[in-house]
Amino acid sequence: MALTLKSRCCVVIVLLLASFQSMADTAIDARHFEDPVMAERYRDLTASLRCPKCDAQAIDSSDSPVAADMRERVALMLHEGRADKEILDFMANRFGEFVLYNPRLDGRTWLLWALPAALVAGGALVVIAFVRARRHRRVRPLSEEERTRLSSLIHRHRERSE
Amino acid sequence: MIRRLLLLLPFLVFVGLAFFLYRGLSLDPSARESALWGQEFPSFTLSTLEEPGAEVDESLLRGRMSLVNVWASWCPTCKEEMPQLLALSERGVQMVGINYKDARDLGRQFLEEFGKPFEVNIFDPAGDLGFELGVYGVPETFLVDANGIVRYKHVGYITPAQVDEVMAEVEKWH
Repeated sequence: MALTLKSRCCVVIVLLLASFQSMADTAIDARHFEDPVMAERYRDLTASLRCPKCDAQAIDSSDSPVAADMRERVALMLHEGRADKEILDFMANRFGEFVLYNPRLDGRTWLLWALPAALVAGGALVVIAFVRARRHRRVRPLSEEERTRLSSLIHRHRERSE
Repeated sequence: MIRRLLLLLPFLVFVGLAFFLYRGLSLDPSARESALWGQEFPSFTLSTLEEPGAEVDESLLRGRMSLVNVWASWCPTCKEEMPQLLALSERGVQMVGINYKDARDLGRQFLEEFGKPFEVNIFDPAGDLGFELGVYGVPETFLVDANGIVRYKHVGYITPAQVDEVMAEVEKWH
């Protein structure tokens, strides 16, 4: 059965796309871990370490040589049985605080961590103050004096509009 | 009165935000602090580019201040940087090279071609020492004082205009 030109084109396009897909897969090395927990930790760690060479990329998606070295070191340290925090500290001690997507809490970063909490607390205070003010607003009947003044005002307004 | 002041609040928030954003405009996004500032130069045991049988370690950097430059023959900006490194060595700075992720013959060929500012070159083919130093792009230059403490780091190539800047750091930590 002969293929029409159109379906031939389709086949070519699909094949091209498939080859691109396999290129994208091989670009970032996939590592095999026997232990699924360790594989999960590897995924989390490489996603939370920023590549120092590239501005906005984690090392798990970067092609730069330094990212490959860092991935390899993460895998090695996992096999050595190091804790996640140890691995993150190890990287930060060499490449600087910059590589941590979640910066450590210290003298310079406390504001970063405290500000969102402070804003939530501040917002809650404003809401509470608002609700309380509403609840305490009492309806007071008009005094005799106020009532006569009101009716005279209404009267004057009617006269004017007529 | 308090209500009037509250009306000013959004304006004040705006002023504060504008101040930080304006400052952000003049920051260099590729600038990184070095994790090694004020820290000891990492320990290592490697051979030299000159002699495959030789073994050097961190004691190489003790007793004298040295400017440690990480370079490779595959790095084009390293070629551009060589005249500046030669100028620094002529001004009396002890220069030590780290030949990073390179092959011996290519590294030697590079020095023959572009000059030899280094008293010695540490041969780091696997990039292990580079990793300990947090090297993420060649060339990088570290100033190590006589006690083996890293005092200054320059990422990227030293432009001719920056030679004086580096020299000032050398004099500062002498």
